[in-house]
Amino acid sequence: MATARGAYIARTAANWAGVIPFLAFTLIFLLLPTVNIVFGAFRGPDGGFTLDTLAKLFEPRLADSFWLSIRVSLFSAALGAGIGFLVAAAVIHGGLPAWVRAPMVTFSGVAANFAGVPLAFAFIATLGRLGLVTIILKDWFGINIYTMGFNLISFWGLVFVYLYFQMSLMILIISPALEGLKREWREAAESLGASGLQYWRMVALPVLMPSLLGTFALLFANSFGAIATAQALTGSSQSLITVQLFAQIRGDVLQDPNLGYAIAFGMIVITAIANSIYIVLRTRAETWQK
Amino acid sequence: MTEQTLSLPPAAVGRTARPRRNAWRAMSWAVFGMGILYFALPLIGMIEFSLRKRRGTYSLDAYTSVLTDPQFQATFAYSVVMSLITIVLGLALVLPTALWVRIRLPRLRPVIEFITLLPLVVPVIVIAFGYLRMFNTSSFLPMTGTVTGTNVLLAFGYATLALPYMYRAIDNGLRTLDVQTLTEAAQILGAGWFTIIFRVMLPNVFTALLSGAFLTFSIVLGEYVFAALLDRPAFGPYMIWTGGNKAYEPAALAVIAFAITWGCMGLIQLAGRLFPHTRAKR
Repeated sequence: MATARGAYIARTAANWAGVIPFLAFTLIFLLLPTVNIVFGAFRGPDGGFTLDTLAKLFEPRLADSFWLSIRVSLFSAALGAGIGFLVAAAVIHGGLPAWVRAPMVTFSGVAANFAGVPLAFAFIATLGRLGLVTIILKDWFGINIYTMGFNLISFWGLVFVYLYFQMSLMILIISPALEGLKREWREAAESLGASGLQYWRMVALPVLMPSLLGTFALLFANSFGAIATAQALTGSSQSLITVQLFAQIRGDVLQDPNLGYAIAFGMIVITAIANSIYIVLRTRAETWQK
Repeated sequence: MTEQTLSLPPAAVGRTARPRRNAWRAMSWAVFGMGILYFALPLIGMIEFSLRKRRGTYSLDAYTSVLTDPQFQATFAYSVVMSLITIVLGLALVLPTALWVRIRLPRLRPVIEFITLLPLVVPVIVIAFGYLRMFNTSSFLPMTGTVTGTNVLLAFGYATLALPYMYRAIDNGLRTLDVQTLTEAAQILGAGWFTIIFRVMLPNVFTALLSGAFLTFSIVLGEYVFAALLDRPAFGPYMIWTGGNKAYEPAALAVIAFAITWGCMGLIQLAGRLFPHTRAKR
């Protein structure tokens, strides 16, 4: 009896031994640093527990930055998801030749990873004051987009640039779901007299809705944590919350080290909500793809 | 008369359905065309811009200037080495764990999966911030105190960032195998764990490993936040610096970076095509 239990314990211990390196690594280099930040958010300069630091997040300067980040993420996620869906739907169900699909998905894989600093450079070279498109429009058509109020280094400019990786991520994720729409559903709808629009509105979209909303949440988190593109594009003229936190970490510009923790904590909360929505909706979406 | 009324509906259907289908197709082409325009123009723009350095004519001067810049060479080499270290580290961390969990601890799989998704939930800048606070010179593990320590910390940070991609690639690879049976078969034939990992599993998930590796490479090479906050001379911070100080070189760098991303994705596809036998048909 005792030896049986001993053997059981030994086996369990041996079982766990195999995952210890992984657990130890992620504990020290992922979980503890994050927990450290979260605790710091609830600590005052004297080290005691306080909610004052978190309350400072609602002061205008920081609240504005959070709000700016949220708006950039919302718009770029909504437009990215919407337009990305249209493009993917057009290619997969719009009567375009089938050979277009594979290159589109491959290209989306590249474009989704073509983010950060180089992406900003590409857009500056295209739509900046000396960019290719800006100059062509001015020299050939007499249209000066900069006197018309366009500015790449602005809120909408940033959203426009973010669309590059947002749309491609959408196309990448939604294409399998679109291909999973069964032919029979469309045929059934048509034989019942549904028009193309009715089929999309009453059959395809409800089936795709969890994937659409889930991907939207993912895109939101994706742009909320982004910093390099904005840093390279706008310097610090658009003070996204990531840009603020970056400056704070580098030079303690807010004169309160604990405020950095509070900003980071606020960011974790927002991305955690967005990602939870994504994970829940993705499991829902999978019920139709079996 | 009766015959005419009978034959009317299908003809009417044909008359309205065909233009409508054509309208759908025209709209699809329009949407697709706009998509191509949006995605292609910045690429064309950056290529054109990168060739403009010499006044009045197209030239490769910006590229010459970038490639001969000792700063570029040093930071690029640094980031390439970092990427390779990250890949080895990530593989060493994820492959045995993913295998072990499939064979011995299936109950733990959701937990491991959750942990590997965390780097997507916690923004990179927050993780880097945590590192600075936890591993600074007055902490229990003062890794940022020395250059070597900071380099190691950066590699660990990159391995953490790569976890979601690495784990998913390898787990997808293992999913197509019957890991349990393969392991038992190997054990019956007298294989130890080393042999099982390196001679049985590794060849079987080779494609998956390669795709995880290339993805990691393209992510780490241009990474900015970690390198900048840990103050290491990597390629990402160099690109930001160039953006603020040069006119045409940034476009040349963007072209180079895009080519590398494209190369990595292309190699992933190529790997899938070259070793198709590793995909079990089940």
